[in-house]
Amino acid sequence: MKNTVCMCGSIVDKVKAICAEFNNDPGELINILHKTQEMLGYLPSEVQEIIAMALDIPAAKVYGVVTFYSFFTMKPKGKYPISVCLGTACYVRGAESVLEEFKDELGIGVGEVTKDGLFSLDCLRCVGACGLAPVVMVGEKVFGRLTAESVRGVLDEFYNKEK
Amino acid sequence: MSHYSSHILVCGGTGCRASKSSEIIDNLRAAVNEAGLPEDVLVIKTGCFGFCEQGPIVKIIPDNTFYVGVKPEDAREIVNEHIIKGRKVERLLYTAPETGQHVSDSKHMNFYKKQVRIALRNCGFIDPENINEYIARNGYAALSKALQMTPDEVIKEVMDSGLRGRGGGGFPTGLKWKITRDVQAEQKYVVCNADEGDPGAFMDRSILEGDPNTVIEAMAINGYCTGASKGLIYIRAEYPLAVERLKIAMAQARELGLLGENIMGTGFSFDIEIRYGAGAFVCGEETALIHSMEGKRGEATVKPPFPSESGYKGYPTNVNNVETYANIPPILLNGAEWFTKIGTAKSKGTKVFALAGKVNNVGLIEVPMGTTLREVIFDIGGGIKDGKKFKAVQTGGPSGGCLTERHLDLPIDYDNLLAAGSMMGSGGMIVMDESDCMVAVSKFYLQFTVEESCGKCAPCRIGNKRMYEILEKITKGDGTMEDLDKLKNLARVVKDTALCGLGQTSPNPVLSTMDNFWDEYVAHVKDKTCPAHQCRDLSHYFIDPTQCKGCTACARVCPVGAISGVVKQPHAIDPLKCIRCGSCMSKCKFNAIIIK
Repeated sequence: MKNTVCMCGSIVDKVKAICAEFNNDPGELINILHKTQEMLGYLPSEVQEIIAMALDIPAAKVYGVVTFYSFFTMKPKGKYPISVCLGTACYVRGAESVLEEFKDELGIGVGEVTKDGLFSLDCLRCVGACGLAPVVMVGEKVFGRLTAESVRGVLDEFYNKEK
Repeated sequence: MSHYSSHILVCGGTGCRASKSSEIIDNLRAAVNEAGLPEDVLVIKTGCFGFCEQGPIVKIIPDNTFYVGVKPEDAREIVNEHIIKGRKVERLLYTAPETGQHVSDSKHMNFYKKQVRIALRNCGFIDPENINEYIARNGYAALSKALQMTPDEVIKEVMDSGLRGRGGGGFPTGLKWKITRDVQAEQKYVVCNADEGDPGAFMDRSILEGDPNTVIEAMAINGYCTGASKGLIYIRAEYPLAVERLKIAMAQARELGLLGENIMGTGFSFDIEIRYGAGAFVCGEETALIHSMEGKRGEATVKPPFPSESGYKGYPTNVNNVETYANIPPILLNGAEWFTKIGTAKSKGTKVFALAGKVNNVGLIEVPMGTTLREVIFDIGGGIKDGKKFKAVQTGGPSGGCLTERHLDLPIDYDNLLAAGSMMGSGGMIVMDESDCMVAVSKFYLQFTVEESCGKCAPCRIGNKRMYEILEKITKGDGTMEDLDKLKNLARVVKDTALCGLGQTSPNPVLSTMDNFWDEYVAHVKDKTCPAHQCRDLSHYFIDPTQCKGCTACARVCPVGAISGVVKQPHAIDPLKCIRCGSCMSKCKFNAIIIK
């Protein structure tokens, strides 16, 4: 699979450095995970083990925290991560049909990555732009007032970037 | 300091930024420079104006002209016409739908007329990244006043004001402060709960983005009253802009001696740290929030002990919500008596709501407690979109319930909403019209709860899942009347037995829709139809032969080839092939396609 991280020595050192930055304090676990995910894009189990050792806590504890919070992911994301807002405001304005259209167009389900590694599809709850509902975020960019028909156009914008 | 003759305020809230407000700002600044006016005109990026439906919004001061739906390419025209020639750009003015007339001053718009802005007093008015603008609006004067009073006097003022927690529970804020103050401990903490997880709500985000200093000031006051020297802001990692603005505000406050050691030379020391959430709705619950700040899974624990007695790392911890804090400085400055004059007998002050869904004016509003739902939805919200009929309004998010037509004249306050089977919640208000199926809505909320349940207690973990499955069965057309009884029973059990606020309130959407829309449930079960035509499995598409002109548009768009017929002859849908996608309906120009 593309986008995965090789567990070479430099990555191990970087993760350990992040832990050290927070004094290897188990109370800072969430902050450490945030920083690590920011660096690697995701938190595979190998990385969780490194963190567990550095903080001197069981790996199960780290895994428990990673899987508890929806912000953390154990799978790599696509180059352009797509998040469809399924907050209530977007839901009542048709977010579900937009999500379905993304699934059809990309041929993947929620939580999956396209074969070329370009797109991943996720749902999120409210980005706070309810005036533009239904809303989709691709990376940092917000697309508002989408319909099933306008999904293709959103994807094309990114396909064109790749050309 | 320069003296500017005009200020151009541009909304820098999340919604408007998504509609390119940053580019508008760049273009406005460029146009101002081109016109040689950088000494006379200042372009400011403010927080949310609230009128998100009409964004991006640009406001010009001193004449209060309010431009809506502005695009980056309009910037030059605004500067050349309005600033230089003094002529308003008519086409960018708001058009009142009632009269069809342009309204240039926001004061005269129905959207703003009934609002009273206390918590949002600075949002959309000041530059949130410049502490001096906050200070110019009486910022930190409340802290200065508090530091000259005794902590008990300050707490009394807050208690007298009748302010109740704006996060949803409505616990008296002053009392909470007093409990924390009365506990003896070497260290205490004050926490700001900015983990706004309610889908469809963005009140706290807008306050933090538009006026971060008000939260910092109020937390310092809280620290002074309770005897805490440390504050923690627990904020969603999904709110990067709010985090950034908080950090800027904190750094500026420290520089001016308003945060840190020896504040204002009084010997009182207080500082704040930011802690990040990571996307868990349950972390809005105090005990879960505290566990999350300690780096653990955000699971709730039984109260007592209350966080005010034993919270973060076992120390007394006072947790308040963003909006609650935003009310503190005005209360101290204007006095408790001023505050008690606003609102109802038991709910004082105002409440911020994120008005969204099928309403014409989506946005962030602040109204006095006691305003009716009708005023909010029809006067401020401008009624239902596309001329459809109002059906329900959902308040309190996944913990609240759906209220109907007969509740429209209910004055909004904590107790009224609770009595009507909903709750205030943090302030999400979602309006639904006749095309929304109430069974599907309660299924939507339950799906959310099932995903967000921390899994610690069985009623919430298993009960909600079973309830969701029953609803799934009903919306698929396989439900029975026994299922409805089971559902109601289960909902009551979960409500009574779950461990924390999340589980205890999660059946509310189901119970309130069953109370108010029982017929709709029965229609799904007995008649196997969805009256709102939203549940796919229960919707059957037909072509009305008297309306069909045989244009073939529907047959061409049907993805499964379920529509057959000859040109210029009425067509027909094969119900066995039809996947009920609705494509034909959206293509038909003659309204010939009907759902039964």
